[in-house]
Amino acid sequence: TLAERANLAGVRHIVLVLSGKGGVGKSTLSTELALALRHAGKRVGILDVDLCGPSIPRMLRVQDSAVHQCDSGWVPVFVGQDKAIALMSIGFLLERPDDAVVWRGPKKNALIKQFVTDVAWGDLDFLIVDTPPGTSDEHISTVEALRPHQLLGAVLVTTPQ
Amino acid sequence: ECPGTGSAQAGRAAACQGCPNQGLCAAGAAGPDPAEAAELRARLRAVRHTVLVLSGKGGVGKSTFSALLAHGLAADETKQVALLDIDICGPSIPKIMGLEGEQVHQSGSGWSPVYVEENLGVMSVGFLLSSPDDAVIWRGPKKNGLIKQFLRDVDWGEVDYLIVDTPPGTSDEHLSIVQYLSATRIDGAVIVTTPQEVSLQDVRKEINFCRKVKLPIIGVVENMSGFVCPKCKNESQIFPPTTGGAEKMCQNLSVSLLGKVPLDPQIGKSCDSGQSFLAEAPESPATLSYRNIIQRIQEYCEQHHLQEEKIM
Repeated sequence: TLAERANLAGVRHIVLVLSGKGGVGKSTLSTELALALRHAGKRVGILDVDLCGPSIPRMLRVQDSAVHQCDSGWVPVFVGQDKAIALMSIGFLLERPDDAVVWRGPKKNALIKQFVTDVAWGDLDFLIVDTPPGTSDEHISTVEALRPHQLLGAVLVTTPQ
Repeated sequence: ECPGTGSAQAGRAAACQGCPNQGLCAAGAAGPDPAEAAELRARLRAVRHTVLVLSGKGGVGKSTFSALLAHGLAADETKQVALLDIDICGPSIPKIMGLEGEQVHQSGSGWSPVYVEENLGVMSVGFLLSSPDDAVIWRGPKKNGLIKQFLRDVDWGEVDYLIVDTPPGTSDEHLSIVQYLSATRIDGAVIVTTPQEVSLQDVRKEINFCRKVKLPIIGVVENMSGFVCPKCKNESQIFPPTTGGAEKMCQNLSVSLLGKVPLDPQIGKSCDSGQSFLAEAPESPATLSYRNIIQRIQEYCEQHHLQEEKIM
């Protein structure tokens, strides 16, 4: 739909950060990649689709932030030294940070779709998508929702063992 | 009043009528229906103790711990131990137990677990794949179906300890195992973490999940807790506990800290080669820690049993 395209229409490249294995440094890499690209003068956004274990807000010191709505959808939280990196994470939607998001697949899928289509990203050179471990609902839904857009590709993270 | 999105009544309670989420909650399928519950109860009747190994965070050592717990308990040859791996997307147990390439056999009484020792049987989706690199790209409902099959169709026989290894998170697999096992009884959960805050913040959620579904918490294990260099004997904090580590978290949340296990490169090597770290490195400080933790878990389970018998 026009609305769906609109919120991502200004995003030039989308990079997925994947693993399969947990705890190998996906969120760490996503954060560092975003910061490095920003440092190189690019316009950057991060989409954190790890619904059960959202790590990005803490890594960028915005774990206590809240999100707001505007006419075109949700306004991302702006982070980084110059507050120029746009971040959306379910971490911002929790009433208390220790609240567990105990959702089955269908509900996770619905939220991910919203995250992809309803966030007012604006014009970005890069949107980095951080994912949870595995090859399940979050991954299937994210790729499906992003398919009509400029999906640059995936970076896979691992450790040596 | 919303019954709660994770409850057995999700989407089905009177209060759900008209709620925009009703379809989603109901689609999740609450739990086994009475006939299924009876079937599961019958199949699991001969299981004396069940321990879930959880985290919330990935890569902290759940599977490593589950495997060592199983080996540790099975060292007593009079005990029958079962290890069930419900990490459908990333099943690590077959490799860690040295069982890669094994297949599951069917018999008249159901699926046969793969035996490492006579008294240690293992089941994992890993045994059902034609190739170890095959990705299992399943949505929640299909994963739930397989977990139910693991509980209903595997002929575990008489089991003293059923250990269930889980994937990271608080989602389908976790809800399902708790709901399906409600047909029998879970002694409790062991929650694994590493010392840094990025792990602890996910683990606090897992502790809240346990409380939400009324799953007793046996305690927390802190892995990768310091590293002692074998050459200079200096201790380093590879994952510094910037917010007090598991110890502080356990104090704050009133849960038991079962123990801290230091980093030992041999642990990763043993996992990769499918050998028991406890057997390969009996003198390691990590082995000592693991053994103490395993003993505490055993004591918890036995005490539990005695208390229940008293009540009955």
